[in-house]
Amino acid sequence: MTAGQGSGAPDGALGREGREPGQQDRELSREEEIGLGRLEGFATAPIPCTEECLLRAGNTNCGGCGMSVGLTMLGRALADVGDTCTLAIPACCGAVTAGAFPTTSYGVPTVCTTFASAAAVASGLACIRDLNEEPGQVICWAGDGGTYDIGMATLSAAAERDDNIIYICYDNEIYGNTGGQRSSATPPGARTSTTPEGKSEDKKDILAIMAAHRIPYAATLSIAHPEDFSRKLKTAFSISGTRFLLMHSPCPTGWKSEPAESVELVRVAVASGLFPLYEVWGGHAYRINVEPDWTDPAMYFQHQRRFRDDELDLETTRRVCRERFARLKVLAEEFPYEEAVAAG
Amino acid sequence: MPAELVTGNHAAGYALSAAAEANRHARGATCGIYPITPQTEIVEYVARFPFSKTRVVPVESEHSAMGVSIGASLAGARAFTASSSNGIAYMVENIMVAGFYRLPIVMVAVNRTLGPPWNIWADQGDTLMLRDFPWIQFYCEDNQEVLDTTLLSFRLAEDRRILLPALVALDAFILSHTQMGTELPEQEEVDRYLPDLDLPHRLRHEAPTTLGGLVWPNVAMSQRLEIDEAMERVPEAFEECRYAFIEEMGRDPGNAIQTFFTDDAEEVLVVSGTIATTAREVVRRRRDDGENIGLIKIKMFRPFPEAAVREACRSAKKVAVLDRNYAAGVGGIFWQELRSVFQGDGDELLIQGYLTGLCGGDVTPSMIDEVVVDLRERDAMDKPVWLGIGNGKGAEG
Repeated sequence: MTAGQGSGAPDGALGREGREPGQQDRELSREEEIGLGRLEGFATAPIPCTEECLLRAGNTNCGGCGMSVGLTMLGRALADVGDTCTLAIPACCGAVTAGAFPTTSYGVPTVCTTFASAAAVASGLACIRDLNEEPGQVICWAGDGGTYDIGMATLSAAAERDDNIIYICYDNEIYGNTGGQRSSATPPGARTSTTPEGKSEDKKDILAIMAAHRIPYAATLSIAHPEDFSRKLKTAFSISGTRFLLMHSPCPTGWKSEPAESVELVRVAVASGLFPLYEVWGGHAYRINVEPDWTDPAMYFQHQRRFRDDELDLETTRRVCRERFARLKVLAEEFPYEEAVAAG
Repeated sequence: MPAELVTGNHAAGYALSAAAEANRHARGATCGIYPITPQTEIVEYVARFPFSKTRVVPVESEHSAMGVSIGASLAGARAFTASSSNGIAYMVENIMVAGFYRLPIVMVAVNRTLGPPWNIWADQGDTLMLRDFPWIQFYCEDNQEVLDTTLLSFRLAEDRRILLPALVALDAFILSHTQMGTELPEQEEVDRYLPDLDLPHRLRHEAPTTLGGLVWPNVAMSQRLEIDEAMERVPEAFEECRYAFIEEMGRDPGNAIQTFFTDDAEEVLVVSGTIATTAREVVRRRRDDGENIGLIKIKMFRPFPEAAVREACRSAKKVAVLDRNYAAGVGGIFWQELRSVFQGDGDELLIQGYLTGLCGGDVTPSMIDEVVVDLRERDAMDKPVWLGIGNGKGAEG
């Protein structure tokens, strides 16, 4: 098993025979103390995590996985502010991260939802937390497939209702868990197992879509800018309603890049204007967090074997990046986010 | 308690709301709601109810309606929803999840024909498509039974020995939009009947678990076995819930199967839902005429009350199963179940299937008479008989 240190898996005695309740005098296990083990018919209860960290060692993630770094940073940001969370994770690498039952790599209560249901399940969890006036964030942790594609309607509906959840999309621009197929987050030119000649369509602007729901807070995150990343998480924790965060998530397996270069790749994406770091409040107030220095994005493409030199039009890429950033700049100048206004 | 004239949808909405309200001293309740004819009035009723500790979440699809209810249930709340027909088909993935997560969610389903072509009338095909899922299933005959069975379903589903979701089905329009005298219990009675929900495996920060991750085959298989064991405990727990209901409300919510003159009957009709009311009158008339005929109404479809059905058929020589549903290439689904109950008993019992009232067709006393005549003339089982199409081709007939 790859799921880290649990208190041990149940042995093979799971059949109809060998289910004697007996042995009343033995010490209760942790799961029995909290009621799980006392359930008649539940020989296979999950083992609670006893470590106080969000992502434990021994998880199943690949080397150089951006999502791993993001989860660690999420755990730290929560610890910094003394908060905790419940995770709702649709089908994605994050659901596999936990490792095999009954142990888990997640140190917080976690439910794996159906592919399209992360936001809906989170809404249900958040309703009951709020009805009972309990602390803790309810966070969807979802890949781009579960966000841009199959989960879009559910997420849009939760945002329209302004349900009290945080939705974090770690965007590795492919269906990673199934071996790297195209999603609507895959950038043009990228070869995937379903776009063998390179994707010919552009990528959806999910942050604009979510901001257009006029939710309280929407922002982009990069693991190459950890202070900014952490500050935005804490901003999200401090407000209620639907908060949407988009994280550019390097995936060496799918991007065919070097694990050691993951952070550098997404750093270049920010510096070259490919992945701008910015925030949107209420769908109308903008703030740009990092000004691109217009580093040449060539390295970003050349160091990922999903792109091919002879298929790339870097000139167009540079131009599009500048044009899109210029639009953002206009929004940030015309409709700036002002702390005092937001606080009031 | 005084009876009021209410529709089946009103009765279902009343029961769901009262059950949610009854959990106000525990973790409250939540439901995702989404409209679909002819169920819409149920969620409208719920949306209007002045709850103390319940959130009603108007979602964008049936899939999310069950998604929200799953989230609320995982957080330890009482959770429910209602749907119908293609709405249930769209919800299927999460319906399955509720079962495998052992969440005691209650769903009221108004049985409506699956489309296309579009038809809004009664047909059980929508809920019977869920027959292999870990859900308890009930089919109701009148509005009182809808109300009572819905309340009972919460107690049964939340029973620690069971922890399975439950579905309460009623026929489109015949019940959903028809007013009948129905006793509506006081909130205090419902409060006493439904204990506070304490879901043992709810997500909690003090003991974080991961639900629904990767599971090796033997453990996953063991979880299926646990579902099977819980299903086996349903009949006994159901009886307890039923007697507790009688004690609290002074009314019988109905047994898993209800028999009518089966003690010495050589011919037995097997029915479910509203067809039972009509069939009962036919059997009563024929009994008055000295015929040796009886009736079984099946209320609990999952788990199938095999022992009770076997017992009720002990003097039967011929059984006619009337199905308002159709499994492609097979025939009626209740017929299929009956055959499997008696499989291995040799050919002593003739079990003939009749497809009646599919896609909302009326099942009239004369049609049931046709069934009886056909059954009486038969000396062997044959493929199912289709009744009610006219001359055989709808548009011309």
